[in-house]
Amino acid sequence: MSDADPAPASGATSAASAAVTGDAAGADAARGNRGGIQLINVTKRYPGQSVPAVDDVTMTVPSGEIVVLLGPSGSGKTTMMRLINRLIEPTSGKIIVAGQDALGLNPVELRRHIGYVIQNAGLFPHMTVATNIGLVPQMLKWDKDRIAARVDELLELVDLDPATFRGRYPRELSGGQQQRVGVARALAADPPAMLMDEPFGAVDPITREHLQDSLLRLQEELGKTIVFVTHDIDEALKLGDRIAILDKGSRIAQYATPQEILLHPADDYVEQFIGGGQAMRLLKFSRVADVPLQQVPEARPEDDAAAVRDRIAAGSTAFAIVLDERRRPVRWIHPEDLDGVTGPIGTRGMPTATPIRARNTLQQALESLIQIDHETVPVVGPRGVYRGTVTLATLQNAIRDMKERTRARRRGADAT
Amino acid sequence: MISLEGTVSFWEYLGSRRERLWFETWQHASMVFQTVLAALVIGVLVGLLVYRSERLSALATSTAGVIFTVPSLALLGLLITPLGLGVAPSVVALTLYSLLPIVRNTVVGLSGVDRTLVDAARGIGMTRTAILLRVELPLAWPVILTGVRVSTQLAMGIGAIAAYVSGPGLGEQIFSGLARLGGANAINMTLAGTLGIVLLALIFDGCFVLIGRLTTPRGIRV
Repeated sequence: MSDADPAPASGATSAASAAVTGDAAGADAARGNRGGIQLINVTKRYPGQSVPAVDDVTMTVPSGEIVVLLGPSGSGKTTMMRLINRLIEPTSGKIIVAGQDALGLNPVELRRHIGYVIQNAGLFPHMTVATNIGLVPQMLKWDKDRIAARVDELLELVDLDPATFRGRYPRELSGGQQQRVGVARALAADPPAMLMDEPFGAVDPITREHLQDSLLRLQEELGKTIVFVTHDIDEALKLGDRIAILDKGSRIAQYATPQEILLHPADDYVEQFIGGGQAMRLLKFSRVADVPLQQVPEARPEDDAAAVRDRIAAGSTAFAIVLDERRRPVRWIHPEDLDGVTGPIGTRGMPTATPIRARNTLQQALESLIQIDHETVPVVGPRGVYRGTVTLATLQNAIRDMKERTRARRRGADAT
Repeated sequence: MISLEGTVSFWEYLGSRRERLWFETWQHASMVFQTVLAALVIGVLVGLLVYRSERLSALATSTAGVIFTVPSLALLGLLITPLGLGVAPSVVALTLYSLLPIVRNTVVGLSGVDRTLVDAARGIGMTRTAILLRVELPLAWPVILTGVRVSTQLAMGIGAIAAYVSGPGLGEQIFSGLARLGGANAINMTLAGTLGIVLLALIFDGCFVLIGRLTTPRGIRV
C-alpha cells in the first residue's frame, strides 16, 4: 500500500465534491476512489450453515464519507465490516480498499493501513496510553522521536492533554477517555480508511453525545473514509453521510442519505426499523444553516426613524431588526414604536430573544420558538453575527422542501 | 562421625555441621531452581501448544494431573531403573511434579485473556507472534507466575524425598535422622533438614513476590 497515505486535505475536498454532486459513485469514479472502499459481490458462507452470513453484497463507500452500517443483531453488519480488513475472509467476491485489491494484499499489512476501533476501545491494559497509540507506527518501523511526536499530536487531536495522559494506563481513564485513545490509536499511522464497530455502544448517553460530536469535528478536519457499525438509529442519523440499513444475510434494504431514509423509506422493513417520528427526527438531524432563512429589514440605533419606517413598509414583515455595531441582533422594532419619533431610533423597540446559532439543529430552533413571546427568532453565525431569522413557518417550509426534493430526485432516478 | 556419648543441643549441632548443612541447603535450592526453570520452559511451551483447543487443554492438564497423583516415593523408585541413583532421577521427578501447576496456569492464563483484546490486536495489524509475545503472554504472566510459585513450594517439599534415591539436598538430613530415630542427634538432623527447607521456601516465595512486582506492568497490577 505505497500510495495509502493521501494528504488529509485531498480527503476533505473529495468529501465536499461528493456532497455537491450528491452522487457518490460518480464522484468516486472521477478520482479513482482513492480512500474509498468497494465490496463487489461479496459472500461469506460459514461451513455447515445453509444460509450465508453475507450474501452477494455489492456496495461502495465513497472516499472521505462516513457510511453507517445499521441493522439489528444478526443482520451481519459486523461480519460485513470485518470482511473489509479481512478479520473474516470472504468466501467469494472482490474487496477494494483505497484503490487496491484487498484480497491480493498481506492481511497484516492491509490492517496496518486501516484504522480499527471497537467497543470498549480494546486498549491493551498492560501498556500506557502512549504505547497503545504508538503500536501501529512502531510496527511500521517509525523512529522513536517521530512516534512520540505523533502520539502527542493525536492526544491533542482527541482533546486529551498529552502531558497528563501519555503515561497513564487504560484503567486510569474513564470510558469516554478510553474511547478517545482508541480513536487516536486507529488514526496513528494516518490511514485513509477507518472501521468502527459500535465504538460508542458501552458509554453513557451524555459521553456518547460528546464522542459523536468529537468524531464529526475530527472528520471535518481529516476526511477519512469511515465504516461505522451501530444498531442505534439516532447515532446513524447523526453521524452518517450515508446509511446502509441491513436485513438478514446483510441484504442492503436501503443505502441512502439520512434525509432520504427518513423521508422515503425504501420498504416496510426500513420503515419498521426506523420507527415513527420521522418529522421529529428530521428536525433533530437537520441544521439551521441548511434551511433558507427569512430576511427582515435591518436597522441601526443611529438610523433615522422615518427611514426605518419606510424600510419596514417596503419589506415583507411588519417589523425590523436592530443590530449593534458588530452586527449582533439587539431589538425588534415595529412602526408603532416609532409613532411621532424623529431623528435616531435609539433604544426603542423590544429586546430580541437569545439568538439561535446556525449550527444548532432545527429541533433546538423549534424549542426556542415555542419558548419565546415573539414569533421570530434571530439566527447568528460565528461571533454572534446576524444571519437571518426563523419562524415556525420557516421550519414547516424547510421540511416540506426536503420532502419535495427527495421526491423529485427519486422520480429522476426512476426515469433513468 | 557422630558422637555417641550424648545428644548435643540443636545450636551446637548446627555449629558443628555448618559446612555440610550449607552445602546441602545450597544443593537443595539449586535443584529446586533448576527443576522449576525446566518445568517453566516445558510447561509454558505445552500451554502454548494446547490453549487454543479445549480438548488439547483438557488432555494436557489431566495428563499432568495423573503424573501428580503418583506417590513421589513410587515415582522416584520407578525412575531408578532407567536413570540409576543420584541427581538424574531426582531432577526428572521434580520437573514432572512441577509441570502440573505451570501447565494448568498457563492454559488458564492464556485462555483468560480477553478475546476482544486479541481481536483488537489482529485488527490493528499485529502478526500472530506479536500478539502472543506482546499481548497474550504479558497478560497471562501474573497467572503463570502464580503457577510457578506453587510449583516451587511443591518442589521444595518433594525435593526432600529425593534423598531416597541418593539425590542431593536437605532430604539427606531428614532421612538419616528418621533412620536412627531415638539415637543421638536424630531429632537435630530431622529438624535441621525440615527447618532448612521451610526457610528456603520462604526465601524463594519472597523472591517471587519481588519478581511479580518487577515483571507485572502497573496497568494490570492488582
